[in-house]
Amino acid sequence: MSVLETDPEDMIRVIDEDGEVVGDVPDLSEEEFVAMYRYMKLARHFDERAVSLQRQGRMGTYPPLSGQEGAQIGSALALAENDWIVPSYREHGAALVRGVPLKQTLLYWMGHEDGNRMPEGVNVFPVAVPIASQIPHATGAAWARKLQGDDDVFLCYFGDGATSEGDFHEGLNFAGVFDTPTVFFCNNNQWAISVPRERQTASATLAQKADAYGFEGVRVDGMDPLAVYKATTAAVEKARDPDEDQLRPTMIEAVQYRFGAHTTADDPTVYRDEDEVEKWKAKDPIPRLENYLRAEEILNDERVAEIEASVKEEVAGAIDEAESVPRPEPREMFEHAYAELPPELERQYEEFAAVREEYGDDAFLED
Amino acid sequence: MTETQNLTLVQAVRDGLFTEMSADEDVVVLGEDVGKNGGVFRATEGLYDEFGGDRVIDTPLAESGIIGAAVGMAAMGMRPVPECQFSGFMYPGFDQIVSHMSRFRTRSRSRFTLPMTLRAPYGGGIRAPEHHSESKEAFYAHEAGLKVAIPSTPYDAKGMLISAIRDPDPVVFLEPKLIYRAFRGEVPEEDYEVPLGEAITRREGDDIAVFTWGAMTRPTMEAAESLAEEGIECEVVDLRTVSPLDREAIVEAFEKTGRAAVVHEAPKSGGLGAEITATIQEEALLYQEAPVKRITGFDVPFPLYALEDYYLPSAARVEAGVKEAVNFP
Repeated sequence: MSVLETDPEDMIRVIDEDGEVVGDVPDLSEEEFVAMYRYMKLARHFDERAVSLQRQGRMGTYPPLSGQEGAQIGSALALAENDWIVPSYREHGAALVRGVPLKQTLLYWMGHEDGNRMPEGVNVFPVAVPIASQIPHATGAAWARKLQGDDDVFLCYFGDGATSEGDFHEGLNFAGVFDTPTVFFCNNNQWAISVPRERQTASATLAQKADAYGFEGVRVDGMDPLAVYKATTAAVEKARDPDEDQLRPTMIEAVQYRFGAHTTADDPTVYRDEDEVEKWKAKDPIPRLENYLRAEEILNDERVAEIEASVKEEVAGAIDEAESVPRPEPREMFEHAYAELPPELERQYEEFAAVREEYGDDAFLED
Repeated sequence: MTETQNLTLVQAVRDGLFTEMSADEDVVVLGEDVGKNGGVFRATEGLYDEFGGDRVIDTPLAESGIIGAAVGMAAMGMRPVPECQFSGFMYPGFDQIVSHMSRFRTRSRSRFTLPMTLRAPYGGGIRAPEHHSESKEAFYAHEAGLKVAIPSTPYDAKGMLISAIRDPDPVVFLEPKLIYRAFRGEVPEEDYEVPLGEAITRREGDDIAVFTWGAMTRPTMEAAESLAEEGIECEVVDLRTVSPLDREAIVEAFEKTGRAAVVHEAPKSGGLGAEITATIQEEALLYQEAPVKRITGFDVPFPLYALEDYYLPSAARVEAGVKEAVNFP
C-alpha cells in the first residue's frame, strides 16, 4: 500500500520523539542523512541569528521558522533537481535546500528587493506574503509544465491559516480538475498568529479537505523529517508518474509547531501557554533526528561538533556579506516596474533626483 | 469641563470602539487576531475581556469571509466593524467591498442598508514586509456608495470612528499606521462625533493651499514651518475624508491663495491629487495662478523598506514642490 493511502485521520511517522524507529525508514545514504541533519542545524542557527539581528535593528520584521525545520528540510529534499518550490514567506529552510543562498534570504528581510531575485537555475518562486495567494500559482505553473511536455513537479507551501482562504479552494480545485503535478504542503504549525487551528475549520483534519477535490490527502508528523521525506517522496513520484487510476496532486498536512513568534512583531505569550510550547518543544525535530543518527552510528560527538562549527561559520559569513551590500539606489524602484520605463516614470524619477541632489540624502533617510 | 485622556492615535481608535460597543450592543468587531491578541497593533486591546468572544470575534483567516459576513450582519441591522489586519490584505475581500458593500442600498432600493465600518491600517514607513505599506485609498474613493475616512490625529480618530460606526452607510476607515504611536493628543473621554466629509485647516497661510491627509500631514506641516522661515506661508488643509471630498473647503482655500499643492503617499497617476486638481479647475479656474503641484508616491510598486524613505514624500520634496508652485511662472 502506498503511504499516500494512509487514512487522513492517521499520522505518518518514522521516528518518535526520542529518535526511536516506529515506521519504515526511507532509503537514504549516510551522506544524505548527514546532509539532512546539517540543513536542519543550518536553518535553526540561521533563524536564531536572524531574530537576533532584528532585535539589534540590523534587520526588519522577520518570520522565524524554529520548530519547522523537519517539515521544510524533509520535504524539500524529496524533490528532483528540476522540480520547483512555491513558498509562502517562512520557508527559508526549504529555500536553502533548493539553492537559495543565505545571503539572499537575509537581504530580502533587510528590505532589499534583490533578495527576492532567485539566481538562475534555482527553481524557487518569489516569496508570497498574502496568505494562500501562491497556491493557484503552483497549480498554474505545474499545469504549464505538463502542457509543455515536461515532468517537473511543484511543491507548494502554505500554513494552516491559508486553508481558510478562497485561494486555497480555487488552487486545489483547479489542480484536481486539470490533474496538475502539484504537491500541496500544509505547514500546520497550530497557530495563525493568535488564532488556533480549531478556529480555522470545523474539519477534524486539514488533510481530509483533499478528499473534496478528488485527490489524496495525508497527515504526517511534521517534526519527524524522515516521515516528511517519505510522504513527500511518494507524493512527488505520484505527481510525476501516476498510475492509471490516480490523480497527480496530493495534499500533505505536516503537523508541527512554531516555537517562536509569528514574526518578530508578534508576542505569542499573549495568546498561548508556555506549557503548550514546552510540550511541543519535546518533539523538536533536530535532537530526534540526531538521536536516531547517533544510534545508527552515523553521527557522534565529533561529527556533531564539526557540523555545528561549520554551520556557525557559514551563517556568519552570509551575514557579513549581506550587511556589506550598500542600500540600493532609488533608481532601482523604477527599473523593474516595466520592461521599458514609461516616459512619465522617467519624469517622476528625474524630478525626485533633482530634489535629492539639492537637499541631500539626509533629507530622505531616517537612519 | 470635559475630562480628557492623553492618547496615541491607535489608543484613540480603541477608545472609539470601546465607546460605541458600550453604547450599542449591535456593534461587533470581527477579524484576524482582534480578540484574545487585542489586534496586531493593539487597536482592540482589552475589548475581548470587556465584551466577550461573541462581540469581539476572532475569525478564520479569510478576508472575503470577514467582509462578506459583515455585509450579512449589517443587512440584519447590526453595526459590524470588520478589521483587515493590513490594507494590503483587503484584496481577497475586494469583491465583497465593490460588488456588495458599496451597492446593497442601491440594489435593494434602500430596503437593505449597511451600517458597517471596515477598518484597516494603511500606509508606509514602518520597515514592514511587502504588501504592508501601500496607500490605496483611491480604489475605495473611486467606488460609489462608500465613504472613505482617514484620521490624522487622536482626536479625529475617535470622533471620526464614532461617526463612521453611527453612519447609516458603509465606511472604509483607513488608519495611518506610521503615526499610530508617533505622538499623543487630548481625547475627550465622552463620546463625540467628528463629522465625515469635513476637512480641517491645520495651518493658515496666504501664499499656497496644501491639501493632504493621513500620515502625510506631518511632513507637510514640517515643510510649511520651514517654508515660513523663508517667507512662504502655507495654508495646510487636512481633508480627513477623501470620499466624499469637502469640495467647499478645497475651493475656499484655493481662492484664498490662487496656488495649490497636494501631498499624498499613494502613487501619482489616478491618485486623489488628480481629483482635487480637477475640482479646482472646475470650481475656481479664474483664481488659478500656477499649475497645481502633486507631491506623491511614485507610479511604481511600493518598495521594500531599504528604499521606502525615498518613496514616501518627505518634507524636502514637499518644500521643493511648494516652491515650484509659489515661484511659478
